[in-house]
Amino acid sequence: MRHRHRQIKEEGALPACLTLCGAFLPCLLASLLILLLHEVACASYHRPPSPLFLPRYCSPRLEARIWRMAEEDETTVRHAYKESPSWSWPATTSMQRKFSFGAICGFALLLRMMLSLQPYSGAGVAPKYGDYEAQRHWMEITVHTPVKEWYVNTTNNDLRYWGLDYPPLTAYQSWIHGRIIHALEPAAVALNTSRGHEDARSKFLMRWTVLSSDILVFFPAALAFVSLYYKLAIFEEQAWALSMILLQPALILIDHGHFQFNCISLGLAAGAAAAVVSRHELVACVLYSLSLNHKQMSAYYAPAFFAHLLGRCIQRRSPVFGVVKLGIMVLTTFTICWWPFLSSRHSALQVLNRLAPFERGLYEDYVANFWCGTSMLIKWKQLFSVPVLARLALGATITAALPSMVQQIRAPSARGFLLAMLNSSFAFYFFSFQVHEKSVLLPLLPATLLALEEPGLLQWLVPYAVVSMLPLLRRDDLVLPYFALLALFFLLLKCPRHFEYKIAEDKLIKIFRAPILRNCSLAGAAILHLLYFYVQPPPRYSFLFEAFITSYCFAHFLVLFIYANCKQWYVPGDGQWVSSSKKIN
Amino acid sequence: MGAADLQYLLWLVGIATCVKVLLVPAYHSTDFEVHRHWLAITHSLPLKEWYSDESSQWTLDYPPFFAFFERFLAIFASWFDPQIVDLVNGQNYAVRSVVLFQRGTVMAADLVLYWGLWEIGSGLSRMRRRILYLVVIFSPGLLIVDHIHFQYNGFLFGILFLSLAAMRDGNDLLGGIYFAALVCFKHLFAIAGPIYFVYILRHYCKGPQKIARFCIMASAVISIVALAFGPFLYHGQMPQLMKRLFPFGRGLCHAYWAPNVWALYSTGDKSATVVMRKLFGVYIDRPKAGLTGGLVGDFTPYAVFPQITPIVSAILVIGSMMPCLVQAWRKPVPNAFIRWVVYTFTCGFMFGWHVHEKASLHMVIPFSVLAVERLEDARAFLFLSVVSTYSLFPLLFESKEYPIKVTLLLLYALVIWLNFSQLFGTSTKDSGDLKAKAASNTELNVQETVKPLIGPVEGAYLGGIMVIEIYGQCFHPLFFGGSFPFVPLMLTSVYCALGMTYYWLDQLHMVLSS
Repeated sequence: MRHRHRQIKEEGALPACLTLCGAFLPCLLASLLILLLHEVACASYHRPPSPLFLPRYCSPRLEARIWRMAEEDETTVRHAYKESPSWSWPATTSMQRKFSFGAICGFALLLRMMLSLQPYSGAGVAPKYGDYEAQRHWMEITVHTPVKEWYVNTTNNDLRYWGLDYPPLTAYQSWIHGRIIHALEPAAVALNTSRGHEDARSKFLMRWTVLSSDILVFFPAALAFVSLYYKLAIFEEQAWALSMILLQPALILIDHGHFQFNCISLGLAAGAAAAVVSRHELVACVLYSLSLNHKQMSAYYAPAFFAHLLGRCIQRRSPVFGVVKLGIMVLTTFTICWWPFLSSRHSALQVLNRLAPFERGLYEDYVANFWCGTSMLIKWKQLFSVPVLARLALGATITAALPSMVQQIRAPSARGFLLAMLNSSFAFYFFSFQVHEKSVLLPLLPATLLALEEPGLLQWLVPYAVVSMLPLLRRDDLVLPYFALLALFFLLLKCPRHFEYKIAEDKLIKIFRAPILRNCSLAGAAILHLLYFYVQPPPRYSFLFEAFITSYCFAHFLVLFIYANCKQWYVPGDGQWVSSSKKIN
Repeated sequence: MGAADLQYLLWLVGIATCVKVLLVPAYHSTDFEVHRHWLAITHSLPLKEWYSDESSQWTLDYPPFFAFFERFLAIFASWFDPQIVDLVNGQNYAVRSVVLFQRGTVMAADLVLYWGLWEIGSGLSRMRRRILYLVVIFSPGLLIVDHIHFQYNGFLFGILFLSLAAMRDGNDLLGGIYFAALVCFKHLFAIAGPIYFVYILRHYCKGPQKIARFCIMASAVISIVALAFGPFLYHGQMPQLMKRLFPFGRGLCHAYWAPNVWALYSTGDKSATVVMRKLFGVYIDRPKAGLTGGLVGDFTPYAVFPQITPIVSAILVIGSMMPCLVQAWRKPVPNAFIRWVVYTFTCGFMFGWHVHEKASLHMVIPFSVLAVERLEDARAFLFLSVVSTYSLFPLLFESKEYPIKVTLLLLYALVIWLNFSQLFGTSTKDSGDLKAKAASNTELNVQETVKPLIGPVEGAYLGGIMVIEIYGQCFHPLFFGGSFPFVPLMLTSVYCALGMTYYWLDQLHMVLSS
């Protein structure tokens, strides 16, 4: 690889120019589009004067309804609350509501349990197996070797065979789960002899480690988020938001089908988001640091957290003190997590080295991001060497995340923060180095958290995110649950209501809801599915249809990314909102 | 009944189908191979050999319509994968695509269930209709028996619903035809025959042309039966067919006791044996083949109590049905018909010969139609559906389905509790609510008179289920290790038998008092 790098350097100035163009062209294009869409959005956005107190976090649909009703009188407004459910849900008393949340969680759990009957990644594929074997192997290593050796190549820990490459919290989690499995089924995690151990009982136990993590981390985080952020929304809307977070198919498929522990890192990130929107910033710092220490992929949210918290601190009387306080929290959490590896510089660097696998290339398999999506036009991997690509990726990522960061530093707001989470994770997903197709879960989380406020975004993002993982799921033999969960998601969106109501929406959403656009897009996706499953690709391009699918999803994601950026810019800051409603009262 | 209702029904069907698709890789019992073999029999053999074939131990023992149904499915099976319908090479053929195909046929056959639901729902108000759809489509018993264990019950209940809907609407002829067809699909439904007979005789065959009406009904039913059995009669297969349909020689109780009167009777006999030996020193020769030996076809002789013969069982079934038969004779009103049918199924389940625990579905599914109409029935239904689903738990004995069946039951109980308490306004007392209600005294009084959905007795009993389950799952293996594996099963069936008896007495009371 170094050899090729030198070659490019020797060839002269042309590749250098190309590098620069490659870095700035997409950004330039994107920012132009953003500007354009921003104009459209601002033009269509106009808020009538507020006649009454408006809940700060109520959904745009409810908001629009209230505005319309408010023109008549107050009694109808109260009626409007009762009349605009996302679902008609049989619950009138507070006890029934609590049980209703329980029922939603129960259904989400049932789906996860049924999915755990399905095969997992790399089932029966010797000698390397898949992610299931990786997780099992980590349990084996952490249970049987001392902490110091977890990230080091030793006789018992061959790093070439699924060496631990996630931060320490993952290692601790593997240790806890490994202990439990060791107590119940020692053969499944026996040192060295258990490689590729697969039987019904150990599968059941392994599946339960994920299920229990989901119940213990992700479910409480989702409940906390809904009760804090949608505090003022009506019950039906809260139920809707909760089920969108819990029943999002991509996470269920990856964690309980493919086999991973994203529920922990995403649950911690959702908890951090809940803390941010409820202004518990210190808690947010701790939870986010934990999330980052579970999977380094959580760094996709870093720009949003950083910008928002910085913006909040700047608004205070003593910004420096606020920043220092938060910094201390982050450092303390990191120190505690990394404590066993901080004995020497070398051991800490050893762990860090494991976390940044540059040798694995720009992207893996078929991922619907910029590099892979445009690889049919520009052969990035052949044009540039790895270090150049890494720099290119870094530059592009920062540029793409910059607008949303600037917005949050200038005018931090709860809704803006969630959109910033979406935008920065999209920026990372599109442009950063070594992106996996599973990383699409990261932009999905803030999109589901915004379920009530950006339903259009959710409807577009979730299906294409699931479709973008189709090649992966097909390899894992999860095609049947893929279709079932996708259909279930569409059905949940289409719940028939007791009464129809029309809502005034801004033009931007109307464009997205235009039936012709939607039908064309769906037809395209359907054709791609048919091609992928029933047509033999030409032998020269054996992965042609995978490339089509990723490019198609990437095109959709790009539009959504631009849309979300525009949205973020015209969300009023919390301060502005309160002052405007006060003025009128 | 409008487009909105149809949309709602289809929506529920869509969600239920997604759930069923996810259950495809779940455990399936030998019934899967049974049905696969029947596909092979009906596809590769001429009609006259269907009931005499013995190429596998899973011989065809359902009535002819079901065999025709299998023949119909076999057409698609032979397109899908010819090995499925191979009489010899197809045996124990259960690769993933075959499982998917067979499970798919169960899901497709459920369309009849949805049609039946649509018909029976047309007589109800909108709220009740929608709750009925929910209650039947997501019934955990149906999901467990049809979509995990593997059977085709859903579409049979669809036909039953069609028949009941026709009877309720006063179209007795159509109802009778549907019922005759249903019995020709699965003869276990014949237990409701007496009530159909009495009711039709008194309600349909009356007025000036009663003889003519009787003849019309008789010829309609006979032609349906002839359609089913005629071809076999022509080939002289009737004795063989009858031998297959009614295999006497099977014992009173199934290997796993169905939770009915006989489970209690057997327990009484067992404990009497022990008491006699311990207290009086009388050693009674224990008959061979223990009650829970686990073999199909155990004959179960009793040590102390008098033996039960098929005749005794039949007399008890008819005897316990008498109250509703008498009522149907004296006052044949369409409104009460569904209740009578449910009651006869209950009697059949409680006293029948060689009853399988799956038969409890026969009373639960039609009972849901009553449950959405009256509070008392809703309470009984909530109780019954929990007990009957719990009694189905031993069907799924593998650990991977354990969490699924528990969650299914709890979630279902929670959802129907929510829906019923909303429908009947029996919200449990809530401080916020009471304050609101305190404003108007009359409403408060109403609140007090409405009974809660789960009374104290039922609540205590359902709590006991949890105790039994925890004992069976945790404490029993802890105390006894691997020995006495039948004790938790026996406890389950006896405890559920108590609940079923309670429900039966409740229904008897309901029938007598109406």
